[in-house]
Amino acid sequence: MLAANAVGVRTRGPLAGRNPVAKLGAAFLPAVVLLASVDPVSSGLILATAVLSVPAWGLRWRDVARRGWPLALAVGTIAIGNAVFTGRKGGTVLVDAGPLLLTSESVVAGGTAGMRLAAIAVPGVLAVLTIDPVDLADSLAAHLRVSPRFAYGSLAALRLAPLLATEWEILGRARRARGLQAGGNPVAAVRLFGGRLFALLVGAVRRGSQLAAAMDARGFDSRGPRTCARSTHFTRADTTLLLGSGVLTATAVVLAVATGQWSAVL
Amino acid sequence: MLLVGASGAGKSTVLHAIAGLLDPEAAAEHEGDVLVDGRPAAIARDRIGMLFQDPEASLVMSRTGDDVAFGLENAGVPREQIWPRVDAALRAVGFRHGLDRPTSALSGGEQQRLALAGALARRPSVLLLDEPTANLDPDGTTLVLDAVRRGVETSGTTLVMVEHRVDRAIDLVDRVVVVEPGGGVVEDGPPSKVFGRQADALTAAGVWVPSRWTGNTADGSARPITTLHHHSADAPPTGSVAEPTPNQPRLRASGVSRTYPGAPAAALQPADLTLHAGEAVCVTGANGSGKSTLAMILAGLTRPDTGGAFLTDDARRPLHRWRARRLCRRIGTVFQDPEHQFVAASVADELMIGPRRAGMDPAQAERRRTELLERLRLQHLAGANPYTLSGGEKRRLSVATALATAPDVLILDEPTFGQDAQTWAELLRLCARLRDDGTALFAVTHDLEFAAALADRRVAMHDGTITAPTAAHAEIPGRTT
Repeated sequence: MLAANAVGVRTRGPLAGRNPVAKLGAAFLPAVVLLASVDPVSSGLILATAVLSVPAWGLRWRDVARRGWPLALAVGTIAIGNAVFTGRKGGTVLVDAGPLLLTSESVVAGGTAGMRLAAIAVPGVLAVLTIDPVDLADSLAAHLRVSPRFAYGSLAALRLAPLLATEWEILGRARRARGLQAGGNPVAAVRLFGGRLFALLVGAVRRGSQLAAAMDARGFDSRGPRTCARSTHFTRADTTLLLGSGVLTATAVVLAVATGQWSAVL
Repeated sequence: MLLVGASGAGKSTVLHAIAGLLDPEAAAEHEGDVLVDGRPAAIARDRIGMLFQDPEASLVMSRTGDDVAFGLENAGVPREQIWPRVDAALRAVGFRHGLDRPTSALSGGEQQRLALAGALARRPSVLLLDEPTANLDPDGTTLVLDAVRRGVETSGTTLVMVEHRVDRAIDLVDRVVVVEPGGGVVEDGPPSKVFGRQADALTAAGVWVPSRWTGNTADGSARPITTLHHHSADAPPTGSVAEPTPNQPRLRASGVSRTYPGAPAAALQPADLTLHAGEAVCVTGANGSGKSTLAMILAGLTRPDTGGAFLTDDARRPLHRWRARRLCRRIGTVFQDPEHQFVAASVADELMIGPRRAGMDPAQAERRRTELLERLRLQHLAGANPYTLSGGEKRRLSVATALATAPDVLILDEPTFGQDAQTWAELLRLCARLRDDGTALFAVTHDLEFAAALADRRVAMHDGTITAPTAAHAEIPGRTT
C-alpha cells in the first residue's frame, strides 16, 4: 500500500507531540526566507538544525533517509545541473571535457543550490512524516477555522487512496485477461494506459459519491453546529516551537548578511 | 421490514428516498413525499441510520472510535457525551476491538459491524440496510445480522432492509414488501402471507424467496435449480468445443505461493492444484483466505513468488509469462466487478476485442458473438454502452467477454455476487453447460448454494492454505456420474 505509507503516523518525541498547525508553521517559515536568497550560510544552518532535530521528532535518521529518497534524487539533480550549467566558471578548473567544464566555483554554486533545496524541503518532510492526518484535520478546523466540510472531506478522501492503488492493479489484470497488453509497443502502451486511467477515474468518482452519501447519511451535511470528539490544544510548547523556528530563521539571515554571503534572488 | 424485488425494481432507490439522499434537482422526474416522524426525510436526516453494501466506501475515519464518533460530531453532541455513546454503540453490536484499532485492519464483517455502530450511535428511529452482507463471507454475514438483531431489539428502531440472503434476513423482520420494476408496491404483509401465497410467482420474477416457502431442498437452499451435475439432460453438446476426454488434466499449478509487498503474512502458502477438462471446482473460504490470489495465479494474471501454473500442453512456460493475446485464447477470467473488464464503447464491440487480439478468424468470431449474445440474452443491447447496463446484464456481458475466445479454462471470481434469482439460475445453467462441453471451471465463491449446485470438487481455503479438498460426490445425494 504505497499511498498509505505516504502519510504520517503518530510518533513520540518532544517535537512529535506538537500541534500539527505549529509543526507546519515552523517548517514553512524558514522555507519562505530561503526562497529569497541562494547562499551556503543560511541554508547550511537551517539544514543542519533540521537534520540534528530528527530524533526530537521521534524519527530515526535511517527511516528519514529511506523515505526521503525522491528528495535526495531531486537535490542531487539540482546540484549537478547547477554545477554544469552555471555561468560562474571561475576558480580552478576541475574537469574540462569539451562542452563539460567544471571549476571549483561552479561546484560550489551547484552545492549551494542543492543545499538550499534540501533546507527548504527537509523541515516540511519531518513535519509531514509525524503528523497524523486526523489530528491535522482537527487542528485545521479548530485553530485555523478551516471549514470542517473541507477538512474532514479531504480526510475521508485520503482514506480511499490505498483502495485506488488496489483498483489500479485489478484493472491491469482485467486488461491482460482480455488479451490487452502492450508488449513492447509504446503506442499501444499509451492507449492502454489511458483506458485504464479512465476506468480508474470512473471507479473513483463512483466510490467518492458512495462515500459522500455515507457521510451525509451520518449528518455530515447538517447545517447545525458541529462538535469534535477529540480535543486539540495549542499550548505554550507549540508557541515555543513557532518562536524557535522564527529565531533560527532570523539568525540564519543575520549570519548570511554578516558574512557577506547573502545574495538575494529577486 | 424486508424490501424485496427483482433487480432494477427500485429497492435501493426507496431506501435512499427514506434516507433523504435523493436530490430532487438531479432527477428527471420526482413526485411524492417521504415523511419520517412527520417531517420530510431530507430534514429528518438525524432520525435515520443507513448501512451500505460496501463498508470500505462508508467508513470515514482511520480509527474505529473516531469513525463511530463522526456521526455524533455532525449532530453537535457535546464531547463529554460522545465517548460514552460510542462505547455503548460498539457494545451493542458486539465489537471486540479497541477504539484505536485502524479501520483498515478489520475484516469486511467487522467493518460492516463498525459502520452499524456508527449508525446506531446516532439513535435513529429508522435503520436502513442496503444489502449490508453483499460483500461478506458467511461468517461475516452472521456477524453483521446478529449485530443488527442485537442493536434493533433493544432500541425500538424501525428496520427497513434490502437483502439477497433472504433465508438469513427473514427472522429479523415481521413484514415483507414486494416492489416490481415499473409497478411500485405489489405485495405488502407478513412474510408467511406474502411468500406463502406468491412463492412461485416471485421466484419466477427473479425475487429471492426463503427456503421455508419453497421447500424444495433439504439443506436449506431454495433455488430454481438445485443440482446440475455432469451431463444433465438440458445441456446437449453444442459442437463448438471438441468432445472432451473425461478427467484429462487441463491446468496444473505446482508449489504456487504469493506474499504481497509489505504484507505481514503470505496471501497464499505453496499450493498444488490440478483442473481437469469438464470439471467444475469451487473454492470457498473467508475474506482474505487467499482464494482470489490462487484464482489470479491460475488465470496467469498474477505472478506467483514460487512455482507456476501451467497448461498441460505447454509445460515449459508458466501462464504468468504468457503474452496476453495468447493467454486470452486459452483462459477466460470473470472478475468480481464486471465493470473492471469493460474496455469497449458497445456490447457488440466488447465481444470482438478478445477474438481480434487472439487472432481468431473474423467470420468465426462473428458467429461466436451472435451465439453468445443470444445465449446470454443480450441481442437487444448490442449497441448499448456496457456501463449503462443493469447489474444482471453487466454480469452476463462480463461472462460473455470471457467466453468470446472460446477458452478451455474459465476462472470466475464471485460470479453470483449481488445477482437476483433469475440471473443466478442462468449463470448456474451456463456454467454447468460449459463444464459439460469440456471446459475446466474454477469458481471462487461465498455462495455455498452455488458451489453445492455446480461443483464436482470443492476446495476450502483458510489463511492462505488449501485445507479440505473434498469431492462433491459424498455431499450431494443423487449425483450421476
